[in-house]
Amino acid sequence: MIGYLWAALICLSILTAAIRGDMAVITPAIFTAAERGVKVAFGLIGTMTFWLGIMKLIESSGIIKLLNWALRPLARLIFPRVPEGGPAMNAILMNLSANILGLGNAATPFGIKAMEEMQKINPYGTTASDEMCTFLALNTSSITLIPTTVMALRAAAGAANPADILGSTILATFCSTAVALTADRLLRKKVKI
Amino acid sequence: MLSRAIDFLAIWLIPVLIVAAIIGSLWRRVNLFDRFIEGAKEGFNISVRLIPYLVAMLVAITLFQESGAMEILAYSLAPLLEWLKVPVEVLPLAVMRPLSGSASLALAADILERQGADSLIGRIASTMIGSTETTLYILTVYFGAVGVYRSRHALPTGLLADLGGFIAAVVVCRVVFG
Repeated sequence: MIGYLWAALICLSILTAAIRGDMAVITPAIFTAAERGVKVAFGLIGTMTFWLGIMKLIESSGIIKLLNWALRPLARLIFPRVPEGGPAMNAILMNLSANILGLGNAATPFGIKAMEEMQKINPYGTTASDEMCTFLALNTSSITLIPTTVMALRAAAGAANPADILGSTILATFCSTAVALTADRLLRKKVKI
Repeated sequence: MLSRAIDFLAIWLIPVLIVAAIIGSLWRRVNLFDRFIEGAKEGFNISVRLIPYLVAMLVAITLFQESGAMEILAYSLAPLLEWLKVPVEVLPLAVMRPLSGSASLALAADILERQGADSLIGRIASTMIGSTETTLYILTVYFGAVGVYRSRHALPTGLLADLGGFIAAVVVCRVVFG
């Protein structure tokens, strides 16, 4: 899918240049853009290095446990049929907390664990259960408070305060999560199992 | 009021989180500095691993802009985008976002450089990336891990969430930074 998009971008561009008689811009643009790709990657290194270090500390600090505790009532509301205090609920909470803190690498194993536990109580075999769909709705809508890579990109691009988008990101994240949960509830009944 | 709260979060969240992480780790008697270095070591590799994606997408999007194809797209979608108040520059990003995390980061990098990180468009792009996820990747990994291949309404739900995030990013940024 992404391959097609990439191919379409390049082919449409070259076609457009040909029609407009502007083919001279194509080759130089390729060289400068490729060069920029490497520059951007190197610009990320500093911020990424520091923040990944802090992320390790967040992992070992017990903040996740604290967040689990705070999220528990909400999770009970969103997943009424997942047994309270069971392994599925714990994995769900760990995944959500890790995601909120921006610990993407830590969140994925917990997410897979949560799916495995939900699969054990899934009555439909190879078809997704309601709980799984809700869990994925939360994950695909992103509930991150700290978008690390974006901040690194902004720092590399010379932003005055790379973190100034934190507030707007959190607000937009709430909206996308609200849309996800609403869509999940509405579509659930429409899709046959 | 809203933008005061948002400014407050932007200024306080990271310092508070750093202090909490350090105090929490000290309290649990973690070997603080070793842990930090352990995580920090990954920074270089993760950045360098992005190079192929960045080069591939930056070349494609640069060609799209330099050739004038972007102008044509902007011109043909102008009424719709005008109505939604969505800048055309973020359109490729919105399309790419659910498909590939690395490729959409590359598109955001291009916007930040071309328009400026502190421009409204730059901030909209940053907010878009931060408030949405790579829906297709998540579905593949999570359903694949447990052998579920009928995902029912999970894909449309994820895509609707992305759309909601994009629109919210535009609206919020226009209100806060506009």
